[in-house]
Order: sequence, then C-alpha cells, then structure tokens
Amino acid sequence: MDLHRLLAIARKEAIQLRRDQRSLILAFALPLFMVLFFGYAISWDVKDIRLGVWDQDGSRASRELAEVFEASGYFTILERPASYREAEEGLSKARVRGVLVIPPGFARDLLAGRRVPVQLLLDGSDANTATIAQNYAGAIVARHSSQVLLGGGDMPLLAGAETRIWYNETLESRNMIVPGLVAVIMSIIAAMLTSLTIAREWERGTMEQLASTPVKAVEIVLGKLLPYLIIGFFDVFVVVTAGILVFDVPFQGSPLLLGVLSILFLFGALGVGIFISSVAESQVVAMQVAMVATYLPAILLSGFLFDISGMPTLLQGITYLIPARYFVVVTRGVLLKGVGVGAMWPQAVAMIVFAAVGLTLATRIFKKEIKA
Amino acid sequence: MKISPLRVRVLIQKEMRQLFRDPKTKRVMFAAPIIQLLLFGYAVNTDVRNVTTVVVDQDRTAESRLLQETLTASGYFRIVEAGDSPRQIEAALDAGRAVMGVQIPPGFALALKAGEAATAQILIDGTSSNTATVAQGYAGRIVRDFALDRASERGLPTEAGIDLRARAWYNPDLSSQVYNVPGVIGLLLLLMALLLTALAVVRERELGTLEQLMVSPINPKELMLGKTVPVLIVCLVDLAIITVVALLWFHIPLRGPIVALLLAAFVYILAGLGAGLLISTISKTQQEAFLTMFLFILPGIILSGFMYPVDTMPEVFQHLTLLNPIRYFMEMVRGIFLKGQGIMDLWIHFLVLTGMALTAVWGASQRFKKSLE
Repeated sequence: MDLHRLLAIARKEAIQLRRDQRSLILAFALPLFMVLFFGYAISWDVKDIRLGVWDQDGSRASRELAEVFEASGYFTILERPASYREAEEGLSKARVRGVLVIPPGFARDLLAGRRVPVQLLLDGSDANTATIAQNYAGAIVARHSSQVLLGGGDMPLLAGAETRIWYNETLESRNMIVPGLVAVIMSIIAAMLTSLTIAREWERGTMEQLASTPVKAVEIVLGKLLPYLIIGFFDVFVVVTAGILVFDVPFQGSPLLLGVLSILFLFGALGVGIFISSVAESQVVAMQVAMVATYLPAILLSGFLFDISGMPTLLQGITYLIPARYFVVVTRGVLLKGVGVGAMWPQAVAMIVFAAVGLTLATRIFKKEIKA
Repeated sequence: MKISPLRVRVLIQKEMRQLFRDPKTKRVMFAAPIIQLLLFGYAVNTDVRNVTTVVVDQDRTAESRLLQETLTASGYFRIVEAGDSPRQIEAALDAGRAVMGVQIPPGFALALKAGEAATAQILIDGTSSNTATVAQGYAGRIVRDFALDRASERGLPTEAGIDLRARAWYNPDLSSQVYNVPGVIGLLLLLMALLLTALAVVRERELGTLEQLMVSPINPKELMLGKTVPVLIVCLVDLAIITVVALLWFHIPLRGPIVALLLAAFVYILAGLGAGLLISTISKTQQEAFLTMFLFILPGIILSGFMYPVDTMPEVFQHLTLLNPIRYFMEMVRGIFLKGQGIMDLWIHFLVLTGMALTAVWGASQRFKKSLE
C-alpha cells in the first residue's frame, strides 16, 4: 500500500464530491435537519393521558378521587360518560386512552372501612402507554387511599422503596433519543454516502480507467473512504453540538473519547456502504440493498428505540452485525453517563473488528470484480 | 387522449418482465419483506420484562430474601448480579450490565418487625427513559404489595381503602407486539412501493429508453398505468404474504373484516407508488431520486405514530401529521387488526387517503407530461 497513491485517490474523490453540489449540501445539511426535526417532534414522555371518568357515585369522595387524577399532571379528564355505552364509545373512537369507573356506594363503603374497587378501563392497543398509565394510576390511587384513611398525611408504610434515577434524573425521553439519534443518523448517512460510489464508477465505465493504473484495490477502497470519513466526523460534531445547544442534552464524558470512538465507528459504517457498493453492479441494486440492509435495521435493531435485552436470543445475535448498535451504547455512555475507556472498551474492540472485517471484505470483493 | 386497453396491457407485460428478470430484485420483492417482518416483529417489543437487576443485600435476613424473591417472581426483574457493596451497583449501571440496582440496607428486617418504616433503595438507569419509567412503576407496586402482605401477616388492618383494578381492552396482556407488528406491515409496504417506483421513470430517462417510448403511440396516462399496475400487484402479493406471517407466526389477531384491510392497503399502496413516481419524474438522475426519497421517508415514519404516539408530539407536528399518508394507514391497520373496525368506522381515513393517492398519481402524470414536452 502506498500512502501517496491513496491520497491521490482521496483527492480525486473529494474533487468529484465538490462538483456534485447537491449531494454535498445534503451530506452536511441532512444530519442537522434530522436531529432538529426529530429532537423536536418525538417524545415518549407520557403526560396528560386523556381520561374519561364515569362517576356512578356522584359523591364528594368520588369527585375528590377524580381531582387527584387531574392534579397529578399525568391525566387530563376529557369527558364524563354517563353509561357503559358512552364509556365504550370514548375508548373505541380513541377520544380517551382510559376510563375510570367509580361504582355507586363508593363514598359509603369507603367511610365504612370496606375495600372499594375502582375500575380503570384502558385502551390496550398501545401497550406501552397503557402500561405506564396503569402504573401511574396505581400509585395515585394507593397514595390517595392512604391519605383518606388517615385523614391526611401518608400512611406509615411498613416497607417502602426509595427510587432514584441516574444519568437522566427527570426521565426525559429527549435525553434518551438525541444521543441514540446521533448513532442512527450517522449510520444511515454513512451507508448512503458510500453505497453508490463504486457502483457509479462501474456504471459510468470509469472503473476500467482506474483499474489500468498502478493503484491497488486497498488504496481505492481506503482512498474513497477518506473524504467521507472527514464529512462523517464533521457531521457527528454538528449533530452532537446541536443536541447540546438546542436540546440541553448533557455532555458528561470526555469529548476526546467520543471523537476517537466515532472515527472507529465511521470506519465500520462507511465500510459497510463500500461493501454494498462493490457487491451491487448497478446503482439501482445498490440503493435497494442499502435501504433494506441499513435503514430499518439501524432504527429498529440498534437498541435506539427497542431494548436489545428484550429481544429473543437469535435476534440479539443478529444485532451484533449492526454497527449502530455499538455506537448507541457509546453516545449514551459518554454523553449521559460520563463513563470512560474502562466501561467502553468492549464497544471499541467490537467496532475495530467490524471496521477491519468490513474493509477487508470490501477490498477482496472489489479485487475479484476488477479481475473478472 | 384516450386510453387503449391493448397498449396498457402490452406496457404492463413489459414492466412485469423487467421486474422479474433480475434475480436480486426478485429477492428484494418477495424474500426481503418476509425476513424483515420476522426480524422486526421480534424487535419492536417495548414490553418491559426481565429487567437486569443487581441486588446488594446488606441485611441478609429471611425478609430481605423474600423481597428479592417477590421481585424476581413477578417476571419483571431478573437478578444478574449480587454483591455486598453499593459500589457494585454503580459499576454495573455504568457498564450497562444492569438497568436497576436494589440495595436492602442492614436493619431492614428489624425495622419491619418494629413496625417502623423500612426502606429499600432502588437505583434505575434512566438513559432508556421508557424502560426506566415502566420499571420504576413495577418496582414501586411490588414493594407496596410486599408491605401490605407483611402488614396483614401481622394482623394490621389492610382491608380498608381503594383498590384499583385495571383492565386493558383490545390487548388484555398489554403485549406491544400486537400493536407494533401491524405498524411494521405498513412500513414494509411503503418501502416496497417506493423502492419499485422511485427510479422507474428516471432510469428510463438515464438509459435513453424513454425516447423510444415517446416515439411510440403510447400516451403519458397509459405509461403511468403501465408503471403502476405491476407494482400494485407485487405490493398486494407482499401484503398477503406478510399478513399470513403476522397471523400465523406472531398470532396477531385480525378482528376486523379482511375486505377493509385489503381496501385500506390498496389505497395506501397507491399513495406510496404515486409519491414514488412523483419523485422519479422530478429527479434528473437516479442518485437524486434516491436522495429525495431518503429525505421524505424518515420524517414520514417518525410523524406516522408508528414509534411515537402522535398525541405526545408538539402541536405543530401534530398538525403536520395530518398531511402524512402513513399516519392514516397506521391508524387504519391498527383499528382493523386490534379494534375490529370496518370501513364504516374509518370512512374519514379512507376518504383522505384516497384523495392523497389520487393527487399523487395525478401529479406524477402531470409532471411527466410536462417533462416530455
């Protein structure tokens, strides 16, 4: 391998990129647009759950219970159905997510010291929101119940849990989403940038010209990768900065560590794109394969949204083939947890292996095609 | 210009032959959706079960062990490490080996017996905010029940009070797969419709075969029909295959009428390929078409309610989702699968989506006509 020739290829690729204004603008603007857009649009915070209250008792005690739900901030009472039919309609038309049913005789039984059942009907189709709503409601009712029994003040529970949340104390989903987004955006952008570069040279016939020069396959692959590596690194910088400045995402760890690990990650992710590009003979096929192989897997299998530990073992094994998987851990670890090399080395090793295997495969296939 | 059935038929034959000639494309068309549904069907799981937990039991009594057992017996928590120093919780959370740490301090059982407040410390990794919220709720509930049980064992009054009984409709087990798999069907159909149309026209232009078509008596409307009908057929076949997989493999209930599902998918696919053709007619090169498609698809997915509920978005974005065809299909497919809704319940959705589909196809053929002139 000759560094001089490698740099020459890199320069050629950079000049080509500079001429292709539209792609260049997209390469820089798209990540920023994506992080702003998604950072604002998406949130998993469950607040103001729309609730209907079917109060069959109509007493002061039952009204108090409804008020406690409203005052918690987690529920908003939108309607007060007066029959089962109305309650059902609210749920099936999705006007409300749940209906609280307070039975007749609620106040009487409560004062008499009997156990009073209160029903919460939930729209279970969105299981996630329903689970969270159920937990909130349980906590609210338990607290209210003990206050009523003791006439104010909490019941001295015999055992209690004192819960503290680390790294993301307010449980804001934005703090979870933005660092993950950095990884997902970068792996999609990386594959998109490189997946067409080699296929295009084949389609235009310029690959034969390159093949007739003394340049070696490794030099072409690495030379083509270099300009995109610089763009990708700049993109990581822009996206992380936007996350910090616009969305107040904390940066607890070392910027140097994040920098080094992002370069390792980019080598792997860009390598995947180049690999796809050298396998596919035409731009159409390269695009189809890149979309299918990187787009949805980066979103769904990286642990960005869906916890990997909840997946079946076989699928957990497959996630090791997704480079974004490692980088999601890195960005969350460095940004939110502030952990150092001590906790991040498995990810670093995995990404080095990934990059090495990806680039070797790409070079090998590429070599075979030039000979053929 | 009149549409000649013969010319349309010939065009459809040509397109079909082109689609089925490339074995790689054939694999993308039929094998990829099945594999993707199998993979993603398992991935789209937000159920919080088996949360990895570190326990530091400094009390080492029957009571503290009982509390641990109660936590694991619930199925929500799985103890992966046990230790004697709170430091261990910190290390495990830092390295991501565990999501939750439970510390039972010395004197826990003594306090319980004395009737004083005995407190267990629970630490949760909040980086995954959803899991953390749910785990916190479960842990709180379990410890609360534990306290009530201990109290009733010692003859304290626990009878009085309000008892919340939650019942989830449509999905009594609160399984997130039941909700998310129909959504994945929507994503796969869209991706297929776009992949097969976004390059359709621009490729003919780049290869120069568009001029050959232009000198033939074929008019733009016929050409559009010829491009859409085969893709529509491929996508409907895909719909049938992946619906069967969803029903038989993932046991997703289909409570509504099949006709409603078919009709909804038909209109949705039409909207998707209309959008693809529109992209194809406004792009000059294949790469441009690829990038443009890319620019629209991710916002489309995010603003569809597939992963994030629409009603937690800021208001501006909630209004934006009204322009998004994917959002309508997500609501329809979930309504039909889970709530047993039919055409009558979803008529507004049908109307809006049909309007969008027709606009997209019409727009594409207008653009196409203009670009020919």
